[in-house]
Amino acid sequence: MIDTSAMGIIQVEEDVKIMPPNIIITTFDKIINWGRLSSMWPTTFGLACCAIEMMAAGAAHNDLDRFGIIFRGSPRQADCVIVAGTVTKKMAPVVRRVYDQIPEPRYVIAMGSCACTGGVFKTYSTVQGCDSFLPVDVYVPGCPPRPETLLEGLIMLQEKIRNEKARWSPWR
Amino acid sequence: MAVTEVRITIHPAGIDPVQIAEKIKELFPDQVIDVANFRDQVSVIIKKDMAFAILKHLHDDPLLSFDHLQDLTAVDYLKKKDVRFEVVYGLYSMKYRHQIRIRAQVAEDNPSINSVVPIWEGANWHERECYDMFGIRFNGHPDLRRILMPEDWEGYPLRKDYPLKGPEIENDWIGFREVIRRSQELKEFEWEG
Repeated sequence: MIDTSAMGIIQVEEDVKIMPPNIIITTFDKIINWGRLSSMWPTTFGLACCAIEMMAAGAAHNDLDRFGIIFRGSPRQADCVIVAGTVTKKMAPVVRRVYDQIPEPRYVIAMGSCACTGGVFKTYSTVQGCDSFLPVDVYVPGCPPRPETLLEGLIMLQEKIRNEKARWSPWR
Repeated sequence: MAVTEVRITIHPAGIDPVQIAEKIKELFPDQVIDVANFRDQVSVIIKKDMAFAILKHLHDDPLLSFDHLQDLTAVDYLKKKDVRFEVVYGLYSMKYRHQIRIRAQVAEDNPSINSVVPIWEGANWHERECYDMFGIRFNGHPDLRRILMPEDWEGYPLRKDYPLKGPEIENDWIGFREVIRRSQELKEFEWEG
């Protein structure tokens, strides 16, 4: 048993200890989850009017950048996809392909009534909720949701990532 | 000091649409079925056989000069009129600024009409959409494919007897079923948090 007090190790919070001047001791879970949730890049992908509200959330007034959320032009360099808008059956293969190209770990936010349930469009051409072919992590209701609501959804996803256990090892 | 001269070419004023309808009636007396006037919007309802000739005349006549096809669509009058479909042409003259609406009756048993792409090039996609939604075939169209729905879609969605609600997943469009099947197949590779 090492006497930690003699080495000057200070516990700042649960599972995080600092050894002055510049050594931090923590768990893999904590540091990897922290890294992931602090730079969550959604792929630039919009389907309908929700995409306009998503752009508003990303613009200066609400400013997603302060959460480290930066829209990325390619799904291959993104961490999550925000399904913003009505998913038609003709578009469903494309949405799925965008999702398939995102590297693990990947997350899906269903934004708006249409992406969550099909919304008012209970018709021949509309997918009744994108969870029929995507594993959705966060459902953001609204028609369209206000930018604040989308922010809340993204923060919820960050909280989910923060509480993940051992999602960094293939041996899990 | 430079003087800028502004010249405005003033064309003669357009013709009243009621008079245009009269003209069409004079030229093609056996083709015009009816002339409808609703809030100064005049529609001429015609038979489909000579529709191309009538529209060609409206386009070529220097006094009418309908050089702009505003819109081309169709209406389904299921159980409301004897002839089920009407293809609607909204015509406008850029030169004279007058407009008129032509409605050609298309029967249900053989829903087809001559394409007006040779007159107005812009009718191309309008006619494709009309074919996609109503199943009206446009004879002589250069590329009559579906434009909005998937190409292997069955049925014509804007027909009144088309069910509004989509089918159950077993009877759904094969492309969508394929997506569902693949997503279930790939599910085992997902990382659970």
